[in-house]
Parts: sequence; C-alpha cells; structure tokens
Amino acid sequence: MAGENRPMPPRRGPRGPHGHGGGPPMEKAKDFKGTVRKLLGYVKPFKIAIIAVMIFAAGSTVFNIAGPKVLSKATTEIFNGLVSKVSGGSGIDFDAIAQIMLTVMGMYVLSGSFGFVQGWIMSGVSQKMTYRMRKEISEKIHRIPMKYYESNTHGEVLSRVTNDVDTLGMSLNQSITQLITSVTTLIGVLIMMLSISWILTLIALVILPISTTLVMIVVKKSQKYFKQQQEYLGHVNGQVEEVYGGHLVIKAFNREEKSLEEFERDNRILYKSAMLSQFLSGMMHPIMQFVGNLGYVGVAVVGAWLAVKGTISVGDIQAFIQYVRQFTQPITQIAQVSNMLQSMAAAAERVFEFLEEAEEENKAENPIAPEAIQGSVEFEHVKFGYDPNKIIISDFSASVEKGKTVAIVGPTGAGKTTMVKLLMRFYDVNGGSIKVDGYDVREFDRSSLREAFGMVLQDTWLFNGTIMENIRYGRLDATDDEVIAAAKAAHVDRFIRTLPDGYQTELNEESGNVSQGQKQLLTIARAILADNKILILDEATSSVDTRTEIRIQKAMNNLMKGRTSFVIAHRLSTIRDADLILVMRDGDIVEQGTHDSLIEKDGFYAALYNSQFAEA
Amino acid sequence: MIKMLKYLGKSAAWIPLIVALLIVQAFCDLALPQYTSDIVDVGIQQGGVETAALDEIRGESFEKLLMFDKSDKLLKYYYYDDVGIVSRGLNAEDVEPYITYPAAVVYALENADSSMLPESVKLPEGMTIVDALLAMPEEMRKPMIEEINKQFEGYSDIMLSQMAIGFARSELEAQGTDMDALRINYIFKTGAKMMGMALLVMAVTIVVGFIAAQLGALFGMNVREKIFRKVISFSNSEMDKFSTASLITRSTNDIQQVQMVIVMMLRMILYAPILGIGGVIKVVRTGTGMGWIIFIAVAAILILVAILMSVAMPKFKMMQKLIDRLNLVTREILTGLSVIRAFSREEYEEARFDTANKNLMQTQLFTNRVMTVMMPFMTLIMNGISVLIVWFGAKGIDGGEMQVGDMMAFLTYTMQIVMSFLMLTMMSIMLPRASVSANRISEVLETEPSISDKEQAVESGITEGRVKFDDVSFSYGDSEEKVLHHISFTANPGETTAIIGSTGSGKSTMINLIPRFFDVTEGTITVDGTDVRDFSQHYLRENIGLVPQKGVLFSGTIASNLRFGGDTASDEQLREAAAIAQSTDFIEAKPEKYESPIAQGGTNVSGGQKQRLSIARAIVKKPKIYIFDDSFSALDYKTDAALRKALNEQVADSTVIIVAQRISTILHADKIIVLDEGRIAGMGTHEELLESCEIYEQIASSQLSENELKRGRSSESAQISGKEAE
Repeated sequence: MAGENRPMPPRRGPRGPHGHGGGPPMEKAKDFKGTVRKLLGYVKPFKIAIIAVMIFAAGSTVFNIAGPKVLSKATTEIFNGLVSKVSGGSGIDFDAIAQIMLTVMGMYVLSGSFGFVQGWIMSGVSQKMTYRMRKEISEKIHRIPMKYYESNTHGEVLSRVTNDVDTLGMSLNQSITQLITSVTTLIGVLIMMLSISWILTLIALVILPISTTLVMIVVKKSQKYFKQQQEYLGHVNGQVEEVYGGHLVIKAFNREEKSLEEFERDNRILYKSAMLSQFLSGMMHPIMQFVGNLGYVGVAVVGAWLAVKGTISVGDIQAFIQYVRQFTQPITQIAQVSNMLQSMAAAAERVFEFLEEAEEENKAENPIAPEAIQGSVEFEHVKFGYDPNKIIISDFSASVEKGKTVAIVGPTGAGKTTMVKLLMRFYDVNGGSIKVDGYDVREFDRSSLREAFGMVLQDTWLFNGTIMENIRYGRLDATDDEVIAAAKAAHVDRFIRTLPDGYQTELNEESGNVSQGQKQLLTIARAILADNKILILDEATSSVDTRTEIRIQKAMNNLMKGRTSFVIAHRLSTIRDADLILVMRDGDIVEQGTHDSLIEKDGFYAALYNSQFAEA
Repeated sequence: MIKMLKYLGKSAAWIPLIVALLIVQAFCDLALPQYTSDIVDVGIQQGGVETAALDEIRGESFEKLLMFDKSDKLLKYYYYDDVGIVSRGLNAEDVEPYITYPAAVVYALENADSSMLPESVKLPEGMTIVDALLAMPEEMRKPMIEEINKQFEGYSDIMLSQMAIGFARSELEAQGTDMDALRINYIFKTGAKMMGMALLVMAVTIVVGFIAAQLGALFGMNVREKIFRKVISFSNSEMDKFSTASLITRSTNDIQQVQMVIVMMLRMILYAPILGIGGVIKVVRTGTGMGWIIFIAVAAILILVAILMSVAMPKFKMMQKLIDRLNLVTREILTGLSVIRAFSREEYEEARFDTANKNLMQTQLFTNRVMTVMMPFMTLIMNGISVLIVWFGAKGIDGGEMQVGDMMAFLTYTMQIVMSFLMLTMMSIMLPRASVSANRISEVLETEPSISDKEQAVESGITEGRVKFDDVSFSYGDSEEKVLHHISFTANPGETTAIIGSTGSGKSTMINLIPRFFDVTEGTITVDGTDVRDFSQHYLRENIGLVPQKGVLFSGTIASNLRFGGDTASDEQLREAAAIAQSTDFIEAKPEKYESPIAQGGTNVSGGQKQRLSIARAIVKKPKIYIFDDSFSALDYKTDAALRKALNEQVADSTVIIVAQRISTILHADKIIVLDEGRIAGMGTHEELLESCEIYEQIASSQLSENELKRGRSSESAQISGKEAE
C-alpha cells in the first residue's frame, strides 16, 4: 500500500467510504510522547532539509497570503480611477495597475516555486526515511529469535513493513508540510486581517469557537457510527470469506438459506451505520461552509459600514473577504493534521516496537571455525522447555557418530520439530548441552553453526526467482554445471528441462507450473548443492503422486549418503534402517534405540507400530 | 459504471430530486457572490441607492428631467400630486430605461463647469446650466438641448446609469433623506438575503448529503446481498471459474469502491457540470466579455493535468507492481525464515529486499515529486487567472463596459467554473478504477449457475442409497479434455467402496459428481435408480454426508458446527457423533466443551481436530450415503484406525465411499477402485488388485514393505506416524 503517498490515486484496502473531515476513528499510540521523541531522533539526519522545508513552506505561504492584499490595491486603484472619471477626472491609472500586477505575479511565482522546492525536498526526506525504516525492519527480521515468529503471525510483521511504514511516511510528508502551512497561513492571515481592520478581524475571530464547537459535535457523532461501520464491515467481510471458502460444505449441508439469513442481518446493520457515518461526516462541509458564509456576511456588512465611514477602502473589503475564506481553511487542516499525527504515532510505535525486539546474540566469544565440522553430534543431559517453567525434555542423552542416520518418530503433535530447533539453535537448551564434534553448539557463531546444517523441510520454501537461482541458494558461488549436477542427483534435471525456459524458469508465487513434489525435489537439489555435513530432513510427502514420491525417496537417499542425518521419519524403510530412532511423545523423548531393540522392548514405539493391526 | 445504478432499484427515483436540489444549490452558490458585489457596488459605491427611478421626485427636479426626456414617456409614468411632488406610477424596473438618460444628463450638467456650454452663453453666478436652460424660452432651448444630446451620444449605458444614480442621490439628499441610514439599511437587507441563501445552501447540501449517503449505503447493501445470494447459488464450475479469492474481493473491496464512487458521483460529479453551466450563464450575464479568460484557465489546467498524468501514470502503474514485489519478498522472507537461517542467507535476503525497497523508493519519489509539482502550479494558474481578470477588468471598467462589482463577481464565477472542472478531472481519474470494480461485480451478477433444479424435481425415493455410475465421462467447462472417461461402478448400501489413485487421477472430481457439485458430461449417475439430476439439490444433498478433503469449520461453537448436520439434533446425538469421530477427548478437555468457540476458518483447532469435527458433522446428519474425500489424511494411524472401527458400526446400512491416499485406510474395503488418469485401472479387493492391477501394486509397494505386501490382507500396515507435521 505504499502507493498512498499522494492525493490522487484511489486507495485500496477494505476501508469504508468516507467524506470530508469526520474520518474513521483514529488509532492512538500508547505512548505518544515517547514515540514522537524516537521519531524525532529518526528525522535528525534530515535536520537541515527539514529546516529548509520549514522556511520554504513558510515563505510560500507568506507570499500566497500577501498576494490578495497587493492585488486589492489594484482594485482600489481601479475604483478610484472610476470615481474620478465619473466626475470628469483623469480616469484609471494603468501604469500603476500594471506595476501592481507585475508585483503580484512575481509574488505568486515566488510562492509557487517555494512550494515546489518545499514539496521536492519533503518527498525526498519522507521517501528516504521510509526506505531506511523498511531496510532496518528487513535486517531486524533476521536478528529476532524464531520464538518471536511463533507468537506473531507473518501478517503482523508484514503489515509493519508495508502499512505502518507507509502511513508513517505519508503522514510525515503531509503533516509537516500542512502543519507549517496551516500555522503560517493562520498567523499570516491574522496579521493581514489586523493590518486592514481590527474590528473586522474580531468578527472573523468570532467564527472560530462556533466552527470548532460544531465540528466537534459532528465528529463525535460520526465517529461512533464509523466505528460501528468498521466493525460490521469486518463481520460482513468475514462472513463472505468464510462462506465462499466453505462453499462446498454450505452446499453439501444445505445451509444456503441459513447463511444468507445471517448475512442479511449484519448487512442491514452495516447499511445503517454506513449511511449514518457517511451522512454525518458529510455534514461537516456544509456546516463549515455556512459558518464561513456567516463570517463573510458579517465582514461584508461591517466592512461596508466602515467603508461608508471612510475607515477602509473598497479594495480592503475585497481583500479581507478573501482572507476570511482563507481563515477557515487552516483550522480544518490543523484538525486533520492532529488526526494524522495520532495515526502516525500509532504506526511509528508499532514499527519501533518491532525494531526494539530483543535479538538473539549471534556471536560467540571465541567462535570455533565451522569449516572443520565433521558431523558427530552428542546430546548430554539436554533439558528443554519452550517455557522455562514447563520443561518438556527433562534429561536426554545420546551420541550420534558422523554419517549416521537418526529417525525421529512419534504421533502428530509429539514435538518432533523441537529437536530440529535445538540443533539449529533456534532455541537454546535450558540445561545440559548439545555438542557438534565435541564443541558445545553455543561456542559457534549462530550463523556459522547453521551453515553446517542442510535442510529439507516438508514446507517447500522457494523464492520468486529462476530455478537456477533457487538451487544456487544452497551455495552462492556454485557454477551452473554444479547446479545442474545437483539437480541431476535430485532426479529433477529431466523435469526442469521439459519446462520451456529450463533452468531459467521463473518460479512465481503460486508456482502453478511446478507441482508440490517437484518443488520438494528442487529443495533437495538445493541441499545437495549446499553439501553440508549434517542434514535435517522432514520426510513427509503430502499430496504427492506415487511416481514423484518414489523419485523423492531416491533423491533423499542420494542426499543422505555420507552425511549425519536427522530425519523426521514417516516411511518404514527409513525408520527401520536408521542407526538411531528417537521416539517422541508429548514433547519429550520417551524411547531411543534401533527398530529391533525398540520392538523387543515392547514399549510406546511398539504400540505405535502395532496400532493398525486391528481390523476396522 | 452507469449500469450499477440499476441496483439501486426503486430508490433510483431519488436521483432526479438530487439533481433538482443540486440545481438549487448551484443557484445559491452562484447567487452568493452577486450579493457581495451588490454590497460593494450598490451599498458602498452608490450609497445604497439602487435605481434612478425614485419613488418620488420633487417637481422642480422633475421639470429638469423632462427637458431631456427623449422618449416622452416620463409624464406617463410619473404623476403629480398636490404638494409639488411627482410619484412613480409603475415599477422601478419599467421606468428605469427611460429615466436613466435624462437623470444622467441633469447630473452631469449640474456638476459640470460652464466650459461645456457654447461660448455665446454666459451663466450668472450660482446658476447651473440646467437652471439656465430651464429659464430659457422653448425655441431657444431646443437647439441647445439638441447640442447637449449630441455631446452625450458617446457615453456608454453603464456610465449613464452611474451618473443617473448620482442624480438620484443628490435628489434624495435634497429631499432630506438620511443618506447614511439608507446605505446601512441596504447593506443589512442584502446581508440578510445573503444569510438566507447561505442557510438554504447548507440545508440543501445536507439533504443532498443525506440522500446520497442513503443511496450509497443502500446500493452497498443491495449489491452485497445480491452477490452473496448469487455466489451461494453457484455450482463448483462457477466457483472455479472466478476463484474463491476473486469472488471475495468482488464482494468486499469492489463493492466498497463502487459505493464510494456512487456517493461521490451523486454529490460531486453531478454537481460539477451544474455549477459549471450555472457559472457560465452568470458570466455571460455579467456581460464583461472576458469569457475567453475562462477558456484559458480551463485549458491551462487541463493541459497541466494531462502533462502530469502522462508523465506519472506509467510510474503509478509500475508502482503497484513494485509494492507487490516488496510485499512478496517480505512474505517470502517471513515464510522462509528457518530455511534462510539454516543456509545463513540473511545477507542475501537483505540484498534482495534492498533491491525491491530501493526500486520502490525511487519510483515513489518520482511520482511524489510529480504530484508535488501539481499543487503549486495549480495555485499559480488560479492566481495568474485572477491577475489576468483584474487587468482586463480594469480596461473594461475604464472603457465603461463594466463595474468594479461585476469584475469581482466575474472573478468568483471564474474560480467556481475552474474548480468544477478540476473536480471533474479528479473524478475522471477515479472513475476508471471504479468502473473496473463495477464490471467485476456485474460479471458475477450476470453469471447464471450452471446447475439448477428441474421444474418438477423429485423430492423422494432415496431409500437405500445405492449409487450407480453408468458410463460417466466428465470434462470441466468447455474444455475438450476429459477428466473422467467411461466410469461405471455401483456403490452398494452396507458396503465400503474405496477410490485410490495418484494426485490428479480424478478421484475428487468423481465424488463431486454425486452431490451434483458438477454435472456429468456423458452417462448418468443414479441414486436408488433415479438420475441425480432429477432430484432437487436440496433433497439429494440431504441424503449425502460429505466430509471434504479440508476440514472446513465455521465461526460459532463446536455444537453449532456439528448442527450443520441437522438443526434439530439433540445434545445426545452430538455427543454420539463426536464419540464416533474420536473427538470426545479434546472436546471434553475444553472448559466450555461443546459450547467452545470456533474462530473464523477454525484457526483455533488443529488440523486433525478440524478433520474429526467435520467427520462428526457428517455423522450427525445420519445420511444414506457417506462420502469421505481423503478425510483421514490429517489423522495419525492410531486415530484413523479407531475412527474407522467406530464408524463401521454406525454406518452399517449406509453406502460408504472413501477416497484415500493411504493403502492402510482402504485395505479392508469391500471394493477398491483404482483410478489412473481418469480411467478405471482396476476394481476389486486388496488381494485381487495386488494380483491383477499393476498400478495398485506400484502404489502399495511405495507404502508397504515387500514382506507386508506378500502377507497381503493380514499384514501390518507400514507407516508409523501421521503425515501431518506439527
């Protein structure tokens, strides 16, 4: 949604339609002051630019305000000329008028160019800031422990990168400019008005409290319905998503009428609140206009009266009337800006919250070089719990020689991935230690330790890029030939070659051109290319047709040759051939041993294995 | 876009009213500046004297006027009363054209010095030319008056009327009128009228706003309901054609978009031309002859907008792609975090993100800056126009073609016309987007569901639930390629019929034909001897308990979800069904048991639990025909086995059709159908198929060890744990 930093293109996203002012309810930051302070720190590098923006904005406004005042001299000149002409005088002095015109035009051009320069600098500042913030978030993503992502959805982080940073940039851009312009306008107009007539100014000022009160009343009323509208829009959209998504079930269970009934009920409430919020917020404009007109008439009447008395000239009334129009504008703008600042602070707060998340420390004090890793792994009295108060693995010891295969088995939800997370140091053990080649994993730099591991997960993660790039991801300096060799070893080379663009085929988001099984093969090729000493495999092959499954199995066997492998195993052959089976249940490792020894033991593993004997 | 209006239904009748109100609004908006200019022109410049055709004129002054009355009409319009005062008999407007000239001449002569007179005439001190003329005998006066008339021929009407007002003012003053009170009264009177107008504008605008909000919201509600109703009437073909995600967008965002534009259209798009036309009429009426300036203004703005748009539009379009790209990269990074960390590719990813980020920034900077140009230039054009108007206005005033007030009014009208153009330009940028949305909406609304009930649909006759496929072939939509070829088999009540085959072999398609989610292309499917197409959809589906591949739950409670199978099901029935579906344990473990809330999309229960609940839901229905579409894959083997055991007891008399991937799930089926590329590759029991069907043997051997294959039916199945990873 970064596309909203400008007034014109329509916005997207499920927001309600709203008219002038009124607007949807603003989120508020929890700690407004603190957030603004942090934000100011962020803006600091752009100090000079911001000061320039302020000067230019003020300058542009001043000239724009002074314009009518000067122009009004021309009107007065014309008027006087006319009067003199009627009484037989010399008529209008066009030289003087030309002089004035030129001055005014000059001022307007100056005002325009100042405004332009101001906008130019400001959009630069806000864009650079949003760029920097995004960059920082993207870097931060990699430093936050995995734990964070288990309690926060991707959507949340994503919306910080896009929506929040965007709101921030947009409101920063607009609010600074508008704030300066409005305040300058307000002060400038006030000065100009005073310079013409203090009595008229007083009349114009009377409008202020009237308009503010009216606006407040309308805003308060409409906000209530805006909230309701947002709420029911959410309900209705939720129902749409749910029913469309479960269309098949709705039909199969003859629920059409029922869901329609529910939908209609919420839809009707939505209609009411949408109508009222739209109507009430739409009232703002005419009311402000009326109040403006009220001031206008007051000024005209009193101004005329003063002109009669000879206190001010006709041109002055004309100018003053224009100022009255300009006077109401910055007031509404300042109200808008304060709303904008609120939502900006709320967005900034979320961004800062993320940027201030605790990081996992990456460096060990005297890190062991990872190149030498051979691949033997030892678990010594490992104690672990996601919540330190709830230890799930209480005391686990095992030793895995290099090149051996460890199968991790257990029923659904037994916590088979916990072992993987511990090995990769996505989590650290609470007690005991895990050692690679005799070194505690905590003695490695996190990233270099991880680089010693290869990984093939059931969730086949590939990114938007060519197949070549995706396989090369395993080893960035691999040549094309090495990539192709890895693909061959993964039994996927033939398939790639059948694609029209071969290795240069772009994998798009849904990768409709590549099936789930083929994606799995690509991730295997990637792991083969990476050539790590220790492998982590998730063997699950869901929704893969038989022939592909056989190919995947072969590729996995190729991959595991000569490497220490930890396999979340489903296939009997893998399990029976494993050098060590870890049996997990409810998060803990309840048994370990080879297939034969475990069957003999007749424990949980044996029960699990035999569970399907019973004829249904 | 326009066709969207038809969805307003009867309420569209309000639109003419809106137009009428907008005309009133435009009238008031345009009249307001007239009042200011009146205040300046009449109130200040003319001292509150509106016309030279005064109600009463002193007899002596009237005689002066009569001398220059070229039309000879004044005596008809004014009559003498007894105290030496003439009163006006007709409306001031009717009299004005005739009195202006004599009044102007009298005013000019009385204020002029004697140089205007022919040299032969010498005036005594304290005597004006007019007095002198009055005193002259008729025959002497006549040539002189002709002479004077000649002199005044060159004066424009506006000059004359200004001078006539001068006459009226001095006449009033001579009559002893309080001139100051006159002015103030006039200004107050005009001010009051202006306030009345302003009030009217406010009232009208609010009423228009109300109707527009009403219509907009009504549109939203109607179309939302229509589209919802339509979509749930769709068969799977239509769902597939549009895709669920697209239908959701059409029912939510697209409707919002159109609704917003409708409100704006009613309030602004309709108003802009009305105001524009009104402004043009007013401008023409001021008779200033400066209309060309308006053309320049509008042209300048159109050119500016056109240039900016042509420069920025391609970038705007590109920007959307770059935003999507940035989102995509971010999402990829987030979903692939574990892989990224495993390969230590943080820097690689940062670089990838940075490229997307930088591209976006550069494009956004460009478009932002282009848009930054817009505002100052727009203001400059507007200001330039006002300078232009004042300059040429001054010329016009000097030439006596207009008054100061006229010029000021012109200025205001011009700004209004230009603004209405600006408004239209802005709208023209928004409209195309909304019309895309509108088209997407009508596309859905105009699509007819491909499956509907026959006129005399059968509502009875399903007694056993025997499902028979007779030479069924099927292809999606108009596609030439058939997904199913000549399928024939019978699923008998009391038996389990299993369908197995690799992904894409047509298993799901086959079972979707039974409840008529699709209709067959060739052949027939009968249930207890009646073609499924002859039943009403409602009756047919009432007798089918379907458990789809994905456990789809709806927001509500566990109980409300189970009652999908029957609104009237008792708590006891729910408990029974849950027990069969092996769900009792986890339901009872929840504090609110059967009343536990289910979040939208069932996100607060695990995949396996969802699947078990959706099985329970079908059991509550107690149908004649059960269809399990790969429903056991999310369960681990232990639960799978227990569930099937419990189910077998429950469904003893029903027809059971199971689609499966795992051999162990279907080992004991009475009949196994092996599908391969839409054709039946084999049919029989496990043992029979192992002997006769190569494909079945292949599938089996990929899942069972050789030993177990040999042991056949008595074998242990080979996999240990569920497929679902945690």
